[in-house]
Amino acid sequence: MTGNLLFFGFAAVLIVAALGVITSRNPVHSAMFLVLAFFTSAALWLLLEAEFLAIVLVLVYVGAVMVLFLFVVMMLDINTERLREGFTRYAPLGVGIALLIVIQIGHVIWFRGADTELVARPEPRPEGYSNTAELGQVLYTEHVYAFELAAVILLLAIVAAISLTMRKRPGLKAQDVARQVAVNPKDRVRIVKMDAEKD
Amino acid sequence: MVPISHYLMLAAILFAIGVTGIFLNRKNVILLLMCIELMLLAVNFNFIAFSRMLDDVMGQVFVFFILTVAAAEAAIGLAILVVLFRARQSINVEDLDTLRG
Amino acid sequence: METVYLLIVLAPLVAAAIAGLAGKVVGRTGAHTVTILGVGLAFVLSLIVAWDVFITGADVFNGTVYTWAVAGDLAMEIGFLIDPLSAMMMVVVTFVSLMVHVYTIGYMHGDPGYQRFFSYISLFTFAMLMLVMSNNFLQLFFGWEAVGLVSYLLIGFWYKRPTAIFANLKAFLVNRVGDFGFILGISAVLMYTGSLDYYTVFGQAEGMQSETINIWGDAQWSLLTVACILLFIGAMGKSAQVPLHVWLPDSMEGPTPISALIHAATMVTAGIFMVARMSPLFEYSTAALSFVLVIGATTAFFMGLLGLVQNDIKRVVAYSTLSQLGYMTVALGASAYAAGVFHLMTHAFFKALLFLAAGSVIIGMHHVQDMRRMGGLRRYMPITYWTCLIGSLALIGFPGMSGYFSKDALIEAVHAAELPGAGYAYWCVLLGVFVTALYTFRMFFMVFHGPERFDDETRSHLHESPWVVTVPLVLLAIPSVVIGWLTIGPLLFGGAFGDAIFVLPENDTLATVAGYFTSPAGFVAHGFMTPALYLAGAGVLVAWFLYIRRPELPERIQDRLEPVHRVLVAKYYFDDVNEKVLAAGSRFLGGALWRGGDQGIIDGVLVNGSARAMGHIAGIVRRAQTGFLHHYAFVMIIGLALLLGWLLLR
Repeated sequence: MTGNLLFFGFAAVLIVAALGVITSRNPVHSAMFLVLAFFTSAALWLLLEAEFLAIVLVLVYVGAVMVLFLFVVMMLDINTERLREGFTRYAPLGVGIALLIVIQIGHVIWFRGADTELVARPEPRPEGYSNTAELGQVLYTEHVYAFELAAVILLLAIVAAISLTMRKRPGLKAQDVARQVAVNPKDRVRIVKMDAEKD
Repeated sequence: MVPISHYLMLAAILFAIGVTGIFLNRKNVILLLMCIELMLLAVNFNFIAFSRMLDDVMGQVFVFFILTVAAAEAAIGLAILVVLFRARQSINVEDLDTLRG
Repeated sequence: METVYLLIVLAPLVAAAIAGLAGKVVGRTGAHTVTILGVGLAFVLSLIVAWDVFITGADVFNGTVYTWAVAGDLAMEIGFLIDPLSAMMMVVVTFVSLMVHVYTIGYMHGDPGYQRFFSYISLFTFAMLMLVMSNNFLQLFFGWEAVGLVSYLLIGFWYKRPTAIFANLKAFLVNRVGDFGFILGISAVLMYTGSLDYYTVFGQAEGMQSETINIWGDAQWSLLTVACILLFIGAMGKSAQVPLHVWLPDSMEGPTPISALIHAATMVTAGIFMVARMSPLFEYSTAALSFVLVIGATTAFFMGLLGLVQNDIKRVVAYSTLSQLGYMTVALGASAYAAGVFHLMTHAFFKALLFLAAGSVIIGMHHVQDMRRMGGLRRYMPITYWTCLIGSLALIGFPGMSGYFSKDALIEAVHAAELPGAGYAYWCVLLGVFVTALYTFRMFFMVFHGPERFDDETRSHLHESPWVVTVPLVLLAIPSVVIGWLTIGPLLFGGAFGDAIFVLPENDTLATVAGYFTSPAGFVAHGFMTPALYLAGAGVLVAWFLYIRRPELPERIQDRLEPVHRVLVAKYYFDDVNEKVLAAGSRFLGGALWRGGDQGIIDGVLVNGSARAMGHIAGIVRRAQTGFLHHYAFVMIIGLALLLGWLLLR
């Protein structure tokens, strides 16, 4: 009963937060709503006993990605008024499509999946079960290559993001060690012989 | 426990909200990115729900990778956005029509 | 001996390559020295081979020297078949070619294309030798085409003259028609026998007789007849038989030496040689022989008539060549292959002589070729006069001259033939004798006798040609006189050709002739009992009467017989029909196909049409490409929804 209550509570918050994301006037508010949506999702994932991913979602998404979003939103001086012109122009189409998708998926879940275990209520895990350990077990054995690839993709993202946004300013003073080392004294120093000045 | 179908239905609604968001905020690239995040979240919901239902940890492994890729995507997407803003002083999608046929 | 054969073929080729590719380096003297040496070597070696074959009696050589390609069971080889027939042809070809080489030094003196010319005629010798020495159809075809190519190059040698270009294109196109038949004939032979080798094919000739093929509708044709007629169509092109003769008179646009080399002595005889070589095939097909007979007879008589109205000295000789080729063809049709080839040989000598003499006259007259502006040249060019007289007598068949033996034997053989059309052929060749004598001496009298019809300017330059011109004339005059007397016995009746020529016993017309042949002298005596001799004499007399005694008469005859004259001057309208009907028709058809097919369908509909359709569709579709990110996103999402719906409703 408590499980049900918690689910519906969080689900309601999640939907509201999601609606907030797409309807807010201010992108900062959207981002904050998205944070809320991630938090509630993490809670729901805990209910599904996916504890590791729930924590990762909070740490990585809320902690890193969403901060990045907020950072960018605040950094860029965006004219939100212009961006909201014609906000509702495609709303009927969007809502229609969204409803269609919901109905389609609902149809699959409720009618086609009626006699499968979709509607079954899964039993809670036994005590002492560690989601993290189990995930780690497969991640570092069976899927180690994919895991490494994921690491490379992240590295790639770092490199790409930096190289995209880095720019050279014209008047910047910096050392070029290679050129410094390559200097030959003969090019720089000229020895001039002069007669001693009298008086 | 709540039936899996509830979670699936919730994910469907979340996905639909993301879709609607794309239609509503079609001009704002940042919000488009956020809507994509929402839709990805819905997908992750499905993965985790099915993983629970089938008692197979593979679904969670998938979510793990999706999170990784989505993080990378967000980073690069935002980087592009910054560069774009620098070049055009705007993130209005309607200003970005160089590809028009 | 194999090395010798190779050397015979390759010496002219190497010489041609040196003169042609390194013409600038070796210079004019170098070019003619190297080519004359090459052809001379080939001639000497050919003589040795001929000695070996005819006198020593060596076995027939049939060997492959190089395998070019093997496709399945079909071997494409280069090989030599040296038997009496090819040995004789080799001597004739190399001898005439050598004479022409020497003569060219004088004739082409000062021409800017000197080295090129020598290169071509040497190359021609190579091609002709490949043709006659071949032991298979493929090499025969190679030689055949190479000869055609070189003749194209030579007729258009003066490539700045529009008429020469027209003539060489014409020769090439007409030869194409013949060659098309020829290659179809080879294909028919290959289809049945599966081999290109002469001996293999000849061995199966009898079997081919009963084989039939279906060409058109339900009619069944004898395969052998079809193959032989197709092969003969090739010969018609190359040997200028009606109606594929039209290129030969025009080919006189080329320099005179090549008229002598190609259009008298060698290339045009390729067809005759080929049919003689294929005698084992032709013998089994009465229909094909009859066809050959009728075509040859028509050419012999009607082309001779045309010689009567020509005023260009070279054209008279050219029409005479056509007529004489007709004689050879008649002999082939009458199964007197040996007589045809014999006439080929004698004709090669005296016709080359006549051409070179005509060339000598042309040199003397400073490239005037119109006989109406000549006359009385006897005094100025004695050597040319006498050699030309010998050539003319040989041509008309004066008793004892080479032409007499060959032509008389040939006419007798036709007389003995019993094929369908033999009667027609006999009358044609008989009347042809009169016509030959008439036009030959018409030319002779107009050029060398009678009043001098040229101006003083020309007279002051008129003198005998240099020795490089006269020596070949004399050297060709000798065989023109004696070759018939010497060789008629062994060649025609002594079986010197051995197995090279195959005649069925029931077709053997020469055997009938052999019945009253005892010796060359006896043959001459026998000639006085045949009408041919008297007809020839009458021809000479009429020519004398018309052109020396009463020179005003031809004009009046011409006026009286205006329609006939017009037809003759128009060459029976062959050229007009070709140009107005065939050429214009093809051009029209080509134009229609080009405009309708190429421009309309292929370019218009297929190429540009598809491009236009693409452009049109793209013009519509490009409106979907707004360039706006969200539109693409919308399309993706809507597509996703539709896909889901399809999956559900499926």
